[in-house]
Formats: sequence, structure tokens, C-alpha cells
Amino acid sequence: MGHAHLLHRPGDTPVHRLAPQVKVVAALAFVLCVVTTPRTAFWAFGVHLALLAGVWVIARVPPGWLAARALIEAPFVVLALLLPFLSGGPAVDVLGVSLSQTGLLVGWNILAKGTLGVLTSLTLAATTSPRDLLVGLQRLRVPSMVITIATLMLRYLEVIAAEAQRMRLARVCRGHNPRFLWQAGATARSVGTLFIRSYERGERVHLAMVSRGWTGRMPETGTPAPTRAWVAGLAPALLAGLAVAGTTLWP
Amino acid sequence: MTAPVAMHMSDGLLNTPTTVLFLGVAVIGVAIAAVKARADLDDRAAPMAGLVAAFVFATQMLNFPVLAGVSGHLLGGALAAILVGPWVGALCVSIVLVVQALLFSDGGLTALGANITNMALIGTAAGFGVALALKRLAARGKAGLVAVSFIAALVNTVVAALGFVIEFAIGGDAAFSLGTVAATVLGVHVLIGIGEGVITALTVGAVAAARPDLVYLLRGTAKPLELRGKAAA
Repeated sequence: MGHAHLLHRPGDTPVHRLAPQVKVVAALAFVLCVVTTPRTAFWAFGVHLALLAGVWVIARVPPGWLAARALIEAPFVVLALLLPFLSGGPAVDVLGVSLSQTGLLVGWNILAKGTLGVLTSLTLAATTSPRDLLVGLQRLRVPSMVITIATLMLRYLEVIAAEAQRMRLARVCRGHNPRFLWQAGATARSVGTLFIRSYERGERVHLAMVSRGWTGRMPETGTPAPTRAWVAGLAPALLAGLAVAGTTLWP
Repeated sequence: MTAPVAMHMSDGLLNTPTTVLFLGVAVIGVAIAAVKARADLDDRAAPMAGLVAAFVFATQMLNFPVLAGVSGHLLGGALAAILVGPWVGALCVSIVLVVQALLFSDGGLTALGANITNMALIGTAAGFGVALALKRLAARGKAGLVAVSFIAALVNTVVAALGFVIEFAIGGDAAFSLGTVAATVLGVHVLIGIGEGVITALTVGAVAAARPDLVYLLRGTAKPLELRGKAAA
């Protein structure tokens, strides 16, 4: 998996070098804090965002790079924007438009927590290569069978993409010249063929991996993370947790 | 392209106790599947499991917004269960969901438990249950197998969506009425289920035509090779 990855931004910063298992646990803990934050504690969401921004500065990830990839969230939140118009309950006037108060709060809740969650996973993905992520999960004692399937899956994604590309090329060579969405018809009809071709190629890839000594586990390099790394890695999640605790004092 | 499962939820859609409850359900379910899958996953099945996971991954990329914080897409659970068996299949779909949440930010990290429960556990179990009940039809020939795959995928999608509705009833935001949520989500997923059924039927049909030995559902149904005459050594 030494290939370029859409969401991975290679680098050599303290965040990139941090042991992957620490990063996985830290990301989970951070999102848990975000989800637990009461939706009316607006300042706490600002704290969460500032903590993430701090990580981006250390990791040298430009916000614009993240923003472009955060658009993946769009289908989830597009309807959150409609809630203020559709929900019932007491109404408030915003710029002359009567909006539902509950709807505003619920929409804000989903938008804020969803966005912070996506930004957190993007930060993890940007600073951790897929290979490192598998090593991290392995060190967190994820069953080796799960690691095996996940490793093969990440490898086969590229096999499938390459086979689909080859089949498209073959169709075009035979005079098939669809535009835009009309390609979908031919692709859908050949999905079974794509699967078989990918499988037979994947079988050879698997045999090649096995004959080079692959046992289903990621080769373990490096040493267990020192306590210092755990403290540094979990610091943002800890601060977010303090912010959540603070919301009970200053709601 | 589509895969069989109902929906991804984002962070913040369910409250914290519900999140934790379904995280527990998911961890126990995946642990059981991991133990049971060990018997099914030999050297030949490993690449199939990896490919099924990659295929499901690719098909889940198509998302349609259903409600705020909820999107619908193909699930792939029936496809996985028919090709690699229910245990390995549930593992494959779980892995897809975990990798999507960690690397592709698709689906909230804290909603992972509920997402795995719906799509990997409930959906795969429902799809395989249907396929198993109709196994005799599936073993009869290609048309039977294709029909069974279609029905299994459709049921899988709708049942997984139902799982979401139950979770929402337990710990969802009260701004939506349960009736609206159930109607919208189930309605959309019947449509998605038809798409899912077509993709699953096409894929299973192609695999059964080229490599029937790889279809888990057909194990033990192959006609024994008939030897005529005793001269063959």
C-alpha cells in the first residue's frame, strides 16, 4: 500500500510520527467528547474546533485542503439546513423569516457535531497512511483475521479500479463512445464480469503476497508507544473532555 | 453501483447512552462473527473475503440524503453472505464501515456501533436467512440463484433500515416524529433495495457461472462427478 492515497497527506511532523494506535484512540475519544457536548453550549464547540485547528497547525495540514475533502459530509447535512423551516414549536424571527426554534437547535446540533466528527476523521486520515492505520489497529489487539481482510480489501480497491479502467478502455476501443452518465448503463451490465476479473487477478495478487512471506498480519516495525506519546496524543481529547465538563458549570 | 445496507448515521444523531449501547451490541456481534469465521476463512476464501469487502466498499460510495444526518446507499450484506457466508460476510461489512469511518470520514465514529449493528449484523443475518430458506430454489439453477440473490438483497436492505428506525426510536432526536422517519427511511430503502437486488443478482450470477465453487450458499449442492466405466485410473 505504498501508493498515493486520496485522503492521506504524507509528511514528517510530530502528528505524522505519533504511533498510529495512539491516534486512533485519541480520535475516538475526541469525537465522543464532541457528541457529549450539550447543543446549547456554543462556546464548547468553538473550543473543540480550536483544538483541531491546533493539531492542523502542528501537522501542517492547510484548512483549504481539509475543507475540500469535508464536502463528503454534504449529503448528511444538507437536510439539517431544512429543519428550521419544517419543525414545529415556538418560532423565532431571523431576518424577517419565521423559523422553528427547536428546528434551529436540532439542525445546529447535527451540523456542528457532524462537521467536527468529519474533520476529526479527516485529520486522522491525513496524518496516518492506510498501512499505519492497519498496524495501529493490530496493536490495539484487533483480531488478526480482521487485519487480513482489511489489508486485502485496501489492496483490492486498486485492483477493482484498474480492472474497471481496462474494461472501459476495451469498450471504447470497440467503438463504444458514451458521454457522461450514459456510461453507467454499460458499467452496471458488466458488474458481474468486473467482479470475476477482479477476483481472478486478486487471487494472483494474494498468491504473490503469500509467496513473499505474508502471513495475514502487518509486519511489525517499531516499538510500543511510550507513555509520553500517549499523553501527547490524548491531550486534545483531554482538553475537549474538560470543555465538556465545563459546560455543566457555564451552560 | 450499490451494496446492501441501509444507512450511515453521522455523529450527534443518537444520544450518548444509545450510542454506547449499540457499540456494545456491535462489539459482541463482531467478536462472535470473528470466532465463527475462523472455520470458513481458509487460504482460498481469504482473497474472496477481501474482494467482497472491496466491492462492498466501492458500492457504498453512492450516497443519497434521506434525513438530516442520515444517508441511504447500497449495503452489500446479502452479497457478502451469499458469496463468503454469514460470519465472514458480517466481518467484511463491519471492516468496510470501520475503514470508511476512520479513513474516509463516511459515517460518524461514534455512530459506528449502530451502523455496524444495522448493516453488518442485522442486514447480513436477514439476507442470509432469506437465502438459506430459499436454498433449494437457489441450487436448482442459475435463474433460481439470481432470484434468491435479488430477494435476499431486497430484504437485507429493508431490514437494516428497520434497525435504524428502532435505534432512532430508542435514542434519536425528538424533532422528527417517529412515523415520518419510519416512512421516509423505509420508503427510500425499498427503492435502494431494488437497486441493490439487481447488483447483487448480477454479481452472484456471474460468479456462479464462472466459479460455482466460490459461492458459499451453493456449498454441498454440487452434483458429484459421475464416473462411467471403471477403466479410468
